[in-house]
Amino acid sequence: MEQGNVLSYFNLFKLVLSRDLKIALRHRDDVLNPLLFFIIIITLFPLGIGPEPQTLAKIAPGIIWVSALLATLLSLDRMFKSDYQDGALEQLLLSPYPSFIWVLAKVIAHWILTGIPLIIIAPVLAAMLNLPAESFLATFWTLLLGTPVLSFIGAIGAALTVGLKKGGVLLSLIILPLYIPVLIFATSAIDAASYGLPYGGQLAIIGALLVGALTLTPFAITSALKVSTN
Amino acid sequence: MPWENNNTIEFISLFIALQSLSAQIYLETKQLTCIKQDRILFEDLNVQFRRGDIIQVAGPNGAGKTSLLRILAGLAQPYEGTIEFDQNNINEQLELYRQNLLYLGHLSGVKSELTAQENLEFQLSLHGYGNSDAEALLADVGLLAFEQSLAGQLSAGQNRRIALAQLWQSKAKIWILDEPFTAIDAKGVEAIEQKILEHANNGGCVILTTHQELNLPSNRVSRLELDYRF
Repeated sequence: MEQGNVLSYFNLFKLVLSRDLKIALRHRDDVLNPLLFFIIIITLFPLGIGPEPQTLAKIAPGIIWVSALLATLLSLDRMFKSDYQDGALEQLLLSPYPSFIWVLAKVIAHWILTGIPLIIIAPVLAAMLNLPAESFLATFWTLLLGTPVLSFIGAIGAALTVGLKKGGVLLSLIILPLYIPVLIFATSAIDAASYGLPYGGQLAIIGALLVGALTLTPFAITSALKVSTN
Repeated sequence: MPWENNNTIEFISLFIALQSLSAQIYLETKQLTCIKQDRILFEDLNVQFRRGDIIQVAGPNGAGKTSLLRILAGLAQPYEGTIEFDQNNINEQLELYRQNLLYLGHLSGVKSELTAQENLEFQLSLHGYGNSDAEALLADVGLLAFEQSLAGQLSAGQNRRIALAQLWQSKAKIWILDEPFTAIDAKGVEAIEQKILEHANNGGCVILTTHQELNLPSNRVSRLELDYRF
């Protein structure tokens, strides 16, 4: 580029990431909402099912992961919405840099704001559900590898429905089926860990899903955004 | 023979002059057709936007002015036809085209959660002008002392001015401005008109829509009329 100061791809990534984080921190309810939702669903289960430790321990992996799916789903709608409404998305699409970079930055910002708080709070909730101590590490690893996959796949749906007034239902219909593989392998890993079995295989599959999502979904997200702004 | 040589040189210089004349066309539409909701907005539109041109796209509401500008910017795809930048289809050289394009839609892309300065710095960096002095630019558009105010607390006109401050820095050849004067006061309109004229005089090309009368030399402004079609 002949014009002035050219950003390196890494600087562009940092620029978009820090902008999104700054906006979210000035708009705190967007960050707190999915986290509170996650905590509330999980605390409701013992109330509904009964406080029997064995039962809770058995269903704990499923509860934690289903709640994580729903909490992520709740936050997806806003990923591109405000940028779409105030025209910032058009400006991003018109920037001369590859869209892969800024899309990646936006999705990772979303994960930092929704995925990481879930990972941090999950051990407390797992203890409350009487999850066996052997499964704690497995829960951590599955959430660490799995929640970014949720953000990446969810971003495709968010991008497809960003132009719709009430895209929420459609978004769930599009995205939830795609979350099922992550759910199956994550809960299976936690289950295996609770019996003291190795769970490296399941983690490897979630890791593969993450690498696949990281490298491929930004292209799908960009195309979906272009369709939505057309 | 010396005279033969002279002749050849003259011929070559004439050839170069002719070439530069044809190279003056920055942007050209070829058989552009746009259909929205089963209504033909325009059909077989062939327009050339040349170096130094100021083109006002005029027409009643719903005639397709914004649609045309969005198609020219590459944000929307035409139903039929192509757009060429420097004699090449823009879709084959998107990055190069975007380096040479400044598009301001009627949504200004200003984030209400960020301060005026943060907004402008982000927009400038995104288009490759990261070194610019955003404070000075904001002063140029009459936002001195508002640099640290959140855009959400500023008026509609002031928000618009944040976006328009990019005009003072942009080195893009082609400016596409959709209703740039919305919510801007008389003095501001005058400053922007001067900026537009200056850009055209420096070899740029400005395509804009506005319902106001432009206070520019009438020989400089050409009008592109779009009719409302049923």
